[in-house]
Amino acid sequence: MRAAALVTGAGLLLTACGGAKVGETGTASSGGAKGCGTVNLAVNPWVGYEANAAVIAQVAEKQLGCKVVKKDLKEEVAWQGFATGEVDAIVENWAHDDLKKKYIEDQKVAVSAGPTGNKGVIGWYVAPWMAKKYPDITDGKNLNKYASLFKTSESDGKGQLLDGDPSFVTNDAALVKNLKLDYKVVYAGSETALITAFRQSEKQQKPVLGYFYEPQWFLSELRLVKVNLPAYTKGCDADAAKVACDYPPYELDKIVSKKFADSGSPAYTLVKNFTWTNDDQNLVAKYIAEDKMSAEEAAAKWVADNPDKVKAWLPAS
Amino acid sequence: MTAPSVAERSAPDTDAPPILSVRELWKVFGPKAESLVGSSLSRQELKEQSGCVAAVRDVSFEVRRGEVFVVMGLSGSGKSTLVRCLTRLIEPTAGEILLDGEDVRKADSRRLRELRRHRMAMVFQHFGLLPHRCVLDNVAFGLEIRGVSKEDRYARAREVVGLVGLNGFENSYPDQLSGGMQQRVGLARALAADPEVLLFDEPFSALDPLIRREMQNEVIRLHQEVGKTMIFITHDLSEALKLGDRILIMRDGEVVQVGTPDQVVGAPADDYVRDFVSDVPRSRVLTLRWVMRPPQPGEPLDGPELGPDVVIRDAVHAVLSAERPVRVTENGTLLGVVTSAEILEVIAGKAQE
Amino acid sequence: MTAVSATAAVAARLPARRYLIALALAVWAAGWALLRGHDTLALGGAELTPLHSALSEAMDAIDDSRNTNPLFLYFINYIRLFLDEAVTFVQHLISQPSMGRPVPVLGWLGVTGLATAVALLYGNRKVALLTAAGFLSFGALGLWQESMDTLALTLTAVALSLAVGIPLGVWAGLSDRFHRVVTPVLDFMQTMPTFVYLAPLTLFFLIGPASATVATMIYAVPPAIRITAHGIRQVSADTLEAGSSLGATPAQALRHVRLPMAKQTIIVGVNQTIMAALSMATIAALIDAPGLGQTVLKALQTLDVGTAFNAGLAIVIMAVVLDRVTSAASRRVEAERRAGRTRTVRGRRLEVAGVLGVAGVLAYLSYTYVWAAEFPIAANAGSYVRRAADAASQWVQDSLVTYTDALKNLVSNQLLNRLEALLTGSPWWLVTVVAVVLVLLVGSVRAALVTAAGLLLLVLLGLWQDSMVTLASTIVATVLVMLLGVVAGVWIGRSDRADTVLRPVLDAGQTMPAFVYLVPILGLFGATRFTAIIAAVVFAAPVAIKLVAEGIRGVSSTTVEAATSAGASTWQLISKVQLPMARSAVTLAASQGLIYVLSMVVVGGLVGAGALGYDVVAGFSQHQLRGKGLAAGLAIVVLGIVLDRVMRAATQRADVAAHGGQHHK
Repeated sequence: MRAAALVTGAGLLLTACGGAKVGETGTASSGGAKGCGTVNLAVNPWVGYEANAAVIAQVAEKQLGCKVVKKDLKEEVAWQGFATGEVDAIVENWAHDDLKKKYIEDQKVAVSAGPTGNKGVIGWYVAPWMAKKYPDITDGKNLNKYASLFKTSESDGKGQLLDGDPSFVTNDAALVKNLKLDYKVVYAGSETALITAFRQSEKQQKPVLGYFYEPQWFLSELRLVKVNLPAYTKGCDADAAKVACDYPPYELDKIVSKKFADSGSPAYTLVKNFTWTNDDQNLVAKYIAEDKMSAEEAAAKWVADNPDKVKAWLPAS
Repeated sequence: MTAPSVAERSAPDTDAPPILSVRELWKVFGPKAESLVGSSLSRQELKEQSGCVAAVRDVSFEVRRGEVFVVMGLSGSGKSTLVRCLTRLIEPTAGEILLDGEDVRKADSRRLRELRRHRMAMVFQHFGLLPHRCVLDNVAFGLEIRGVSKEDRYARAREVVGLVGLNGFENSYPDQLSGGMQQRVGLARALAADPEVLLFDEPFSALDPLIRREMQNEVIRLHQEVGKTMIFITHDLSEALKLGDRILIMRDGEVVQVGTPDQVVGAPADDYVRDFVSDVPRSRVLTLRWVMRPPQPGEPLDGPELGPDVVIRDAVHAVLSAERPVRVTENGTLLGVVTSAEILEVIAGKAQE
Repeated sequence: MTAVSATAAVAARLPARRYLIALALAVWAAGWALLRGHDTLALGGAELTPLHSALSEAMDAIDDSRNTNPLFLYFINYIRLFLDEAVTFVQHLISQPSMGRPVPVLGWLGVTGLATAVALLYGNRKVALLTAAGFLSFGALGLWQESMDTLALTLTAVALSLAVGIPLGVWAGLSDRFHRVVTPVLDFMQTMPTFVYLAPLTLFFLIGPASATVATMIYAVPPAIRITAHGIRQVSADTLEAGSSLGATPAQALRHVRLPMAKQTIIVGVNQTIMAALSMATIAALIDAPGLGQTVLKALQTLDVGTAFNAGLAIVIMAVVLDRVTSAASRRVEAERRAGRTRTVRGRRLEVAGVLGVAGVLAYLSYTYVWAAEFPIAANAGSYVRRAADAASQWVQDSLVTYTDALKNLVSNQLLNRLEALLTGSPWWLVTVVAVVLVLLVGSVRAALVTAAGLLLLVLLGLWQDSMVTLASTIVATVLVMLLGVVAGVWIGRSDRADTVLRPVLDAGQTMPAFVYLVPILGLFGATRFTAIIAAVVFAAPVAIKLVAEGIRGVSSTTVEAATSAGASTWQLISKVQLPMARSAVTLAASQGLIYVLSMVVVGGLVGAGALGYDVVAGFSQHQLRGKGLAAGLAIVVLGIVLDRVMRAATQRADVAAHGGQHHK
C-alpha cells in the first residue's frame, strides 16, 4: 500500500511537472483538407508495387493534401475491394484478364486508369555466372544439353525448372512438354523461395533455372539473365495446352474503382497520370529492399530527385 | 441348532409401521433390463446369456423408525446399488420403495427432489465435498439449494457443525482436513437438512482403523442424540455387528439373511454366512439365550439369576464364579441354566458342534 | 467394441499377421513395378477438374450476391459490422489514433501499467514483472503500435471465442450427444488449413478485421470448447452424486458443483484459446489483419530475415507473457483454495484498489502526456536484433550449406523419393486396396472403412496424385517429429535441467511464425520438399516433445524406484518402464504431431513442397484456381482424418494385444 501511495505521489508529481500534452503540439495536422479526402491504395505484396504505391502516396499526401490509407492485400483480394469500396486503386496490375472481366465488364465496379509505363517481362532466368560459363544457355534450344546440370533431389532425374510465385499463371508445364524439354517443373511456391534459390545459385555456383520477371528489385541485386524461348507472336499462347512460345510482354497498368474515378478527386488525376520507367521503379524498389529505407523515405528521396516527372502527374490547376 | 425367538435388544418400536419398506426390488444394468426381472438364472448365467448384470435381485426388507439397519456384503454384492436405489440416485428396474407409505418410485422429479431435500440424506464413502467451499458452506449446501436464507442456513449449519465436533473449523477448506474430519463434514451436511432417514454408503471404509472406530462411536452417539433412522452400508462385519440393530446380508445381489447381530452369528442362514461370521468373537455377540440348556434332573436350581439377553462376555465372571448353575430367567420364568462348561465352549470357539 | 473384438478374432485366427503385412507390401511393390504410371490420376499445376470449376463458380456466386442475398443483408453483414466495430474499438483504445487525438486513448505507459496490474491481481508478482518487461520490450523493439494491433485483434477474438466456446463447452460437457456431434466438427476446424478458409472468409466478411477475427475464432474456439467440456466432464462423480442426493436441480448442480470445480480447467482452456488466437492473428495478416504479422510478411518480400525475426520475437514475447499470466492465474485458483484464503476479503480489496489506483494514474498520464503516450524512439533495440538475426541467418546459410545439402539428398533420395514413387507411381486402385488391407491388418475394420472412403474422396476431389505427394512428405515429417519427440521428450522428462533450458526454445518454436525461419531454412535446403518437411518438424516437434516429456514425468515414481531397486540400467529404465508406461502420451504426441505437420502443409507449399500445399496457396492467389484450392484444403482434411483414425486404431489394437484382449472400454 505504501508503495502504491509512493507511485501515486510520483505520478502526481510528474503530472504537475508537465511535459508536452497530447494534442497541444502540431501533431494534429493529419490531412483530409483541400477536397481530396481519403484514398485507399491496395498494396500488393511485391516491392515494385510498393514503390509505385509509395511514390503516389507521397505525392498525394504532401502535394495534394490527401489522406492515404495503404492496405496490404493479395491481388485477388485487392480486386474484391473494388466491389466493397475498401479499395480505390491498384497501381500496378499484371494483366489479370479474368479479374478485369469480372470487375470491369461484369460488375462494373472498376475502370482502367491507363498504363504505369512499366514493361513487364516474364520468362526463364539463370544466374549471371551461368550465362558467363555457358554462354549458349540463354538460347532455349540448348536447354536439353544442360538438363543434367539442373538435376536435383526433386526433379526425378530430369533437369529442374523452378517455377514460381503462385500468384502468376504459368505455362511452364505446357512449355516443357511442347518444346520437348527434358525438364520437370518444380513449384517453389513463393517469390521468397525463388529469390533465395537464385541467391544461393550465384553464391555457390549451383545451377538453377527458374521462372522470374521484371521489373523486380532483386534484379538490381543480381542481374539475372533471361533464357530466350521461341519468340512471342500474337495468339501463339491462345491455347494454353499447346503453347510453345515465350511469354508475352506485359503493359503494366492501373485499375481504380468506378466510384473513385467518378469522384473528381485530384488523387484520381494523379493516379491516372502516373507513369514512369522500369529503371525508376527498380531504383525506388532498391531503396526499399536493399538499402532498407522505409517506403516513405524512399519515395520522398525519389520525388525530391525527380521534380519534373512528378509535376507532369499533378492535376492541371 | 434352531434359533430361538429373540426379543429385540434395543429401542425401536416394533409395533409401529416401518418407516421404509422395500418390496421385491430389482436393479438390472444392461440393454434388456426390464425383461430380466424375475429371472431365476444366477448372476453369472444372466451375464453370459444377456450381457446384463443383475446388481439387486428381488430384495425386500423393512426398516423401523429409529433403528440402525445395516446392509452388509462384500464388494460386488450390490449393497451400494441398493442404497442408491432408495433415493433413486440409481433408478431401480422394478419393485416398490415405500417411505412412510409413499412410493418413492412413483414420485416425479420435483417430488423426488423434495424427498431428497427434506426426508433422506446420504453420507458417501469418498465424502463428495465441494473443494471450493469452506466447511460451513459445504454443510449449508443442502439448505442453500432448497432456498433457505443465508442467515438461517448458517445458523443451522453452525449448530450441526457443533454437533459433529467440528467447532473451529467452519472456515477451513476440505483439503485442509483429515479424512475423518472430512467425513464429519459429510455427516454434518446430511444432518443439516434434518432428514428422517440417514443413508450411509460405506462412510468409514476410506479411513484409518483408529479414526474409523472413533467415527463409529460418533455415529452411535449421534444416533442416541438425534434418534434418526439410519441405513448403513458396510463390508465390515465387525462394524455391522457394532452398529446394527439389524443386519441384512447380501450376496450377488440377493438377500441371504436378515436378523439381529446375535441371530446372524448364532444362526447363520447358510454356509456363506457361517463362513463369514466364523471369526467373530462369539462371546461378545451371543447372549445367554444362545447357550443355555434345560436344567438336568437333580441339578441345583438355586444359583444366581441372569436375564436371557445378557451378552456372554458380560456373564463370564458371574457364571464362572458361581458354584451352582446360573439360572436364566425372564419375567420370573425359568428358561434354562448355564454353567461354566457352556461358557468355556463358546469362548474356546467350539459352540457349534 | 465389436470391431475390435472382430479384428482380435481375426488376429487370433491368423497368427502370421506380420507375414500378411509383408505379403501386402510385396503385392504393392510388384504391382508398382508392373503397372508403374498407369491410372495415377496426375493433374498439372494449372489444370482443373469440373468439380474445381464448379467450386470456383459457387464462390463467385457468393461473391456476387453480397448485396442482394438476404442472408448477407440481414445476418452476415451485421456480424461483419459488429466484429469490425469491436476490433476497431479496442484498437482505438490501445493502438490507433482515436477520438480526434493523434494517439490512442492509452499510451504505452497506461497499457503496460494496466497489463501489469492484471497480471499482479490474477497471477503473481513474478508474472507481473514479466508482463511489464514484455510490454516494454515491444516498445524497445520499435514495434509498439504493431504489437498493440496484434494484441487488440487477439484480445477481441479471444473474448468472442470464449463467449461462444465456454457455453458450448459446458453443453458438450453435459450432453453426450452434443459432445459426439461437436467433436468431429472441432477436429475439422483444427485440421482445415488456415489458407483454405482465409480467402473464402473474405467473401463473406470482406478484407480486414472482421474476416481476421472470424478466421482467428475458427482456430481459437475449438480448444475453448474442448477443454471446457473436459473440465465439466471430469468433475468427480462422487461430488455430483452428493449434490443430487441433497436434491440439487441440474441447474444447481451446474452452478454450484460443476462450474466451480471445472474453473481451473476452464482457465487452462482460456490459455489455449489465447495461444491459438495469437498464432492465427499473425497469419491473418494475409487478409490485411493489422499488426505484427504484417511486419513479418512484408519483411519476407525482401527476404529481410532481420526485420521478420524482430517482429517474430515480439510475437514470441507476447505469447510467453500471455501464456505465463494465464497459467499463473490458473495455478492461483488452485493455490487460493489450498491456502484457504488466509487473507481477509478486506485485505484483498485494499490490494486491488491500490494496484488499480496505480494503474489508473499511469493510464491517466499516458492519456494526457505525449511522453507517456508515444514510446520514446531513442529506446530502439530493434535495430540490434535485426542486425544480429541477419548476421546469424547469413552465417547459417553460408557455413552449413555443405552438410545440409548432403542431408537433404540422403533423406530425399533414400526415403522420400522411394515412398513417393510407390504412392504416386502405382495405380490409384492398387494403392487404395493395399492401404485398406494394411489398415485391416494393423488397425480395425472401422478404420479400414474410413481409409477406403477417404482415399476414394481424394480421387473424387481430383487431387489424387497431389495428395499422394503430400502424404509421402507428411509421413516422413511425422516420423522425424516422433524421433525427435521421443528422444528429446525422454531427455526433458528425465532431467529438470534440460527442461529449464529447452522449454523456452520449444515455446519459441511453437509461437514464432513459420515465415520467420523459412528464409534461413530455404537458404540451407533450397526450394524442396525437404525444406517443407524441416519447417513442419520445427513447428510440430515442440508439441510432441512436450507431450512425451509430460508422459515420462507422469510415470509413477514408485514404479521407477521399484525398477531401479531391481537393478535396471538407465537404458532399461527408459525402454522397459518409462516409455511403455508413457505409451498413451506417446500416442497422443504422435497424433498431435501429425495434426501440426498437416497444418504446415500449406506453408510447405510456399517453399517447394508443391502438391496440395501449393494448390492451396495458388488458389489463394489466383482467381481461376480458387476452386481447386478449396478442394486441396478439403483433401488435406481428409488426409488428416484418415491418418488420425488409422493411428488410433493401430494403437488400440496394440493395446489390446498388449493386455491380452482385456482392454474393454
